[in-house]
Amino acid sequence: MSQRSERGNAVADWTADEMMTVAAARQLRDDTACFVGIGLPSTAANLARTTHAPNLVLIYESGCLGAKPDRLPLSIGDGVLADTADAVVSVPEVFNYWLQPGRIDVGFLGAAQIDRYGNINTTVVGGDYDAPMVRLPGAGGAPEIAASCREVVVIVRQDLRTFTERVDFVTSVGYGAGPGDRERLGLRGGGPRVVITDLGVLEPDPLTCELTLTRLHPGVTREQARAATGWDLAVAEGLTTGEPPTAAELTVLRALEATKSDGRLP
Amino acid sequence: MAKLVSLADGVAHLVHDGDVVALEGFTHLIPFAAGHEIIRQGRQDLTLVRMTPDVIYDQLIGAGCARRLVFSWGGNPGVGSLHRFRDAVQHAWPRPLELEEHSHAGMANRYVAGASGLPFAVLRGYTGTDLPRHTPNIRPITCPFTGETLTAVPALRPDVTVVHAQRADRNGNVQMWGITGVQKEAVLAAHRSLVTVEEIVDELAPVPGQVVLPGWAVTAVAEVPGGAHPSYAHGYSVRDNDFYRDWDAVSRHRDTFRAWLDEHVHKAGATT
Repeated sequence: MSQRSERGNAVADWTADEMMTVAAARQLRDDTACFVGIGLPSTAANLARTTHAPNLVLIYESGCLGAKPDRLPLSIGDGVLADTADAVVSVPEVFNYWLQPGRIDVGFLGAAQIDRYGNINTTVVGGDYDAPMVRLPGAGGAPEIAASCREVVVIVRQDLRTFTERVDFVTSVGYGAGPGDRERLGLRGGGPRVVITDLGVLEPDPLTCELTLTRLHPGVTREQARAATGWDLAVAEGLTTGEPPTAAELTVLRALEATKSDGRLP
Repeated sequence: MAKLVSLADGVAHLVHDGDVVALEGFTHLIPFAAGHEIIRQGRQDLTLVRMTPDVIYDQLIGAGCARRLVFSWGGNPGVGSLHRFRDAVQHAWPRPLELEEHSHAGMANRYVAGASGLPFAVLRGYTGTDLPRHTPNIRPITCPFTGETLTAVPALRPDVTVVHAQRADRNGNVQMWGITGVQKEAVLAAHRSLVTVEEIVDELAPVPGQVVLPGWAVTAVAEVPGGAHPSYAHGYSVRDNDFYRDWDAVSRHRDTFRAWLDEHVHKAGATT
C-alpha cells in the first residue's frame, strides 16, 4: 500500500493509514463502551484507550468485556484479552445480554464494500451469492452490532472498489435505502455516525442520511476523495481539514503496532 | 460417565460419514488434533457446523471431508481469507460446498436452543440484511405478547460436537476456562460429544471463570496434550500467531496445501 502512504502530505512523517487510525481513535469518547472488531477497529480502539480515553470499555465478541491489552491482539480471542478483561462471558451471553439490549455505546466496524447509505458488505463480491467472484468471510457479529449499538463508527480505506453505489450484499444495515428505513426495520441503534477513511471523514447528512464528506485529512483534496468514491460524493459546505497526528499519538500507535508481530507472552 | 478413550478410537466411534459435526472453540481451545484425526480417518460428506470456520475447517474442507458448511464467519482471524474455503465455494474444489450462512448472534442462539431442548431461538437479528434471502433457516416471527416482529432460527442439534478443554478427571468431568465461547451449548445441543483435553488429572482444582461439563453429559474424553495447536489452551499454551500468518501462503495453492496435509496430518499419525 505504498501508493496510499504517499497520499498524505508529502513532507509529513506519517502514513495515510496512520492518519486514518488516529482519526478513528479520536472518535471514541472516554467512559463509553465500544464493541470492537479485529484489525483496524481494534488498533484504533486500543490507541484511544492508551491516549485520551483511558476508561474506554473494550468489548470483544469472544466474550471479553473491558479488555485492556498491552499489545495488539491478532485475533478477537487472543489470551491477552481474557487475561486483562473485567469479565469473560460466553459468546451467547455477549450477544444476548450485552449487545442485543442496547447496552453498548459504539459499534466499531470495518467493511469490504460500503454504499452511500452506509450499508456494509463483508459477504460476497461480484457474480451472485451462489457463484460469487470473491467469497469474503461473512457476517460474524457485524449485523447485530450495526443494528443494536447506540451508534456505529466505520473505519475503511477509501477507493472505487470499496465505496460503491450499491453493495453487492447487505451484510450489515446502515441507513438502508434512506431516511426512515432503520425505524421501519425496527433497528434500535442509531446507525453509522461517522465513516473514517484514509482520505478523510464522512458523516450522514441529517436529512438525506447520505454519507457526505465533512473533513479531509491534511494534504488530501476533495477531488481525490470524490475520485475514490463510486457515487457522486456530496461535500459538506463547511468542509474542514483535520489535525495531523500528534507526536504523542504517533508514538503510541507505532509502539502498539510493534507489539502485533509478537502475539506471545513476554 | 464419559468414557476415556484414545483420540483415534473416539473419532472412529463417534464421528461417522454424513454426520452433522460441530467442532467448536472461539479462537481459543480449537480442537485441531481431532480435526486432523477426522481427516486421517477419511470421513466424507460431513455437514460441518462452526461459528468461525477458520483454519481448522479450511483444512477439513480442503481435505474433502465436507459437503456442507453451517457458519457465521469464515476467515483467518487477523490475517485474511481462507483460501481452501474460497476455492471450494468459487471453484468447487475438491468438491462443491453447500453453505448455510448466519450471523454470530444467530448461530450462538441456535446452539442455545439445541441445548435447551427447544425447536428454535428468538432474537433481534438479521433484519434488513440480505442473509434471510439466502438462508431459509432465518424466518420472521411475531411476539405473541407485544406483536413485535422478531427473528427465529432453528435449533442446532449436531450428531456430534467435538471440543478441546484444559482438563478432565478420571470420571470424565471436563473443566475449561479463559474464553469458553459456545462450547458448553454446543456439547449440550449434540447427540454425542467428544472432548479432547490437555491432561487428565485425579482432581479438578477450581479455577476462576471455569466452565465444568459433568462427565455424565459428555460421551467420551481423550487426552491430547497440545491438541488445540495452533490455537491455544489458556494456562497451557499461547496462540501460535505465526502459524496463522504462515497458513495464508500454505493454503493459497492446492499443491502446497496438499503437501502440508501429507506432511503434517497424514504422516503425523494419531497423537495417542
